[in-house]
Amino acid sequence: MTPKTEEELAQMIAGANGPLRIKGGGTRPIGQCEGDELSISAMSGISLYEPGALTIVAGAGTPISEVEKVLAAENQRLAFEPMDHRALLGTKGEPTLGGMAAANVSGPRRISVGACRDFMLGVRFVDGQGTIIKNGGRVMKNVTGYDLVKLMTGSYGTLGVLTEVSLKVLPDVACVGTLRLHGLSDAQAIQALSSALGSPFEATAAAHFPKGPSGDPVTMLRIEGFEESVKYRAGKLQELLKAYGEVEVTVGDWAEWNAVRDVTTFADQTGDVWRISAKPSDAPELAAKIDATGLQYDWGGGLIWALTEAGRDIRAALGDFDGHATLIRGAADVPTFQPEAPALATITSGLRTKFDPRGILNSGIMN
Amino acid sequence: MEMPVPDASVMSRKAQIVERLSEVLPRDAVISDERETRAYECDALTAYKCPPLCAVLPANTKEVADVLLICHELGVPVVPRGSGTSLAGGALPTADCVILGVAKMNDVIETNYDDRYIRVQTGRTNLSVTGAVETNGFFYAPDPSSQLACAIAGNIAMNSGGAHCLKYGVTTNNLMGVTMVLMDGTVVEIGGAHLDAGGLDILGVICGSEGQLGVVTEATLRILHKPEGARPVLMGYDSSEVAGQVVTDIIKAGILPVAIEFMDRPCIEATEAFAKAGYPMCEALLIVEVEGSDAEIDAQLKLIMEIAAKHNPVELREAKDADEAGRIWLGRKSAFGAMGQINDYMCLDGTIPVSSLPFVLKRIGEMSKEFGLDVGNVFHAGDGNMHPLILFDANKPGDLELCEDFGAEILKLCVEVGGCLTGEHGVGIEKRDLMNVQYDPADLEAQMAIKDIFDPAWLLNAAKVFPLDTSQERRAA
Repeated sequence: MTPKTEEELAQMIAGANGPLRIKGGGTRPIGQCEGDELSISAMSGISLYEPGALTIVAGAGTPISEVEKVLAAENQRLAFEPMDHRALLGTKGEPTLGGMAAANVSGPRRISVGACRDFMLGVRFVDGQGTIIKNGGRVMKNVTGYDLVKLMTGSYGTLGVLTEVSLKVLPDVACVGTLRLHGLSDAQAIQALSSALGSPFEATAAAHFPKGPSGDPVTMLRIEGFEESVKYRAGKLQELLKAYGEVEVTVGDWAEWNAVRDVTTFADQTGDVWRISAKPSDAPELAAKIDATGLQYDWGGGLIWALTEAGRDIRAALGDFDGHATLIRGAADVPTFQPEAPALATITSGLRTKFDPRGILNSGIMN
Repeated sequence: MEMPVPDASVMSRKAQIVERLSEVLPRDAVISDERETRAYECDALTAYKCPPLCAVLPANTKEVADVLLICHELGVPVVPRGSGTSLAGGALPTADCVILGVAKMNDVIETNYDDRYIRVQTGRTNLSVTGAVETNGFFYAPDPSSQLACAIAGNIAMNSGGAHCLKYGVTTNNLMGVTMVLMDGTVVEIGGAHLDAGGLDILGVICGSEGQLGVVTEATLRILHKPEGARPVLMGYDSSEVAGQVVTDIIKAGILPVAIEFMDRPCIEATEAFAKAGYPMCEALLIVEVEGSDAEIDAQLKLIMEIAAKHNPVELREAKDADEAGRIWLGRKSAFGAMGQINDYMCLDGTIPVSSLPFVLKRIGEMSKEFGLDVGNVFHAGDGNMHPLILFDANKPGDLELCEDFGAEILKLCVEVGGCLTGEHGVGIEKRDLMNVQYDPADLEAQMAIKDIFDPAWLLNAAKVFPLDTSQERRAA
């Protein structure tokens, strides 16, 4: 099914006899889910873009690439740097705004400017009974009523089918600089990244590879802005981090950050891929517990990407920790999402029952 | 403003309710004497007052849970209260309610500079969160004007903003986790020192839910290192259209100032008479502030001044030192006080798309004549969050009502041009009856359905946010 309008979608959902599998661009098949395919691809197109107000509104089926192109023409961008999952998950198709919002997809810049959910200003969606609902709007500051925009972002289509999203955008930058440290242990690297992120010099991304391209550890920081500013901050950070060894600085290299964003180092390797959100200083110890065959730290340690052998639930090894682990690529018999504590699970299941009483929307995901 | 008829059966059980609460709280934490409960009869929306049945001041999560469990068992409404600085009546009591104040809960539980967060009890004031970390060079970014007094609990309830949101976001963008007590006494932990939710973003819906879903007792907040420096420039223009264009051009040039503040002529005049900041007399005044090292600030301000100069300014003034920076901010920071010198005022809080600024200011000017009430505009121009200040005389019969009608018309206009009723103050009772202007019945039903999950009996702050007739069935059930 490919509804062309919100009303058509509402009728399809209201009249559905069984479960529906909601599809944006089909590039992020995260979690197991059954049912008839319901594609939002026809609800596509930018309906409003005001560069001076840093706001864009578009149909949920709009390809991200289309949005990025329009933004680039005005020297603006999606600042949360949404990851492209195609290489890692071996999928084809065009990532859409709806899929991005439904999975709260962010990238390395999340650590400095916030996640997709922080840039979401408004949504329109159809709930599990076929009711059309809007929340938020197209302005940056809005506290009118409850914030369902955040609730819908990252809900993987389990509360409703997004039809339109409204986003805050930011100016693009003139220049990017990368700082590199070599040979640090995971714990040293996270310390170094923490001290950079806790400085006034505004690192916009902070990653660590225990095994870099040459097999040795590489730690990376990114600075963005006007050229003079990037040079100045790079100098300051070099000074700040000198205790950790020589700091190499390069300017103008985006490709390597796209590789960090898309976790391409795991793309050609077999095994399960886990995404672990943690308190940065806990990260090295947590990573050591899971017997991973590959590791990548992003967000200054706040995000661990781990490659493990297929079919093993690493949550047993992680134990109780401040954070959560999501299986991004892997076997069907391991739960995709971190089980919630009982009090929270009650709220979650209450919300799902309210918004989708028949349990037909992406049922199976987030269970 | 209509409030629900208090529940006589609850009022008649006051002695029993107070006794039960006294069993779980220290003697001085239960306030039931009628002279003393008056201290809680209103918040910063002082036009409306109603002493509560009683007030309690628990000291920790356990005591909050005990209080809520008792109120839940006895069917007693509860109104949570931070510092009582709400301009929207968010903490206005009903006569049959228990006020649950968080004022005693102001401890810092943990500070962690490596992982850049602080965990506090939510009665702590906004400014004292920064106070706890500033010797290490850190700060908590959201900075509502009331930050000296307002509590983190209220900031979370209203999703408070401030002058520096353009760069740093509002409360929801700086809140990482909470401990919250539900109306039935259940304690829920949500989020923590990590980023983003593992499941549904419940934290996102709690922030800004105006104390209707639970009582947040502890919060983990993002802290940031202070920038090396910050410096403002001041510019004056002959028309608000031109000033609006300058704002747009600055943003389109790829510069992201931390603050862009706007004042119109009535506000400039009032401020000059009051604070004598040396502002130029003109139709529109902008204060633009940027951050960074001295050289970075110079570079950004150079670009900004070039843009500003192209639009034929009445005045362009760059702060050379801290003293001049202080003078530039002086007028803006005393604007509310200055307007208050002239008369009573009502402070509105609608947001509009920045592009509609000239039109909306023009319409407000016309409406000001129609209603016969003066209005000054001072607001965060970068994000379109307006604060029209309508002057009225509280002692003149009918003036408050006239002012409220005028305010309602302005907020309807904000919605009409694609904006919203409230950008950072919250709905409370003040904008409650206008919710139908912005939302359809289905939109409000979806929001109320969320309250059903957290507080099925609708005992928590239930007379707020939703129009009374819309929430009637739920509140009566």
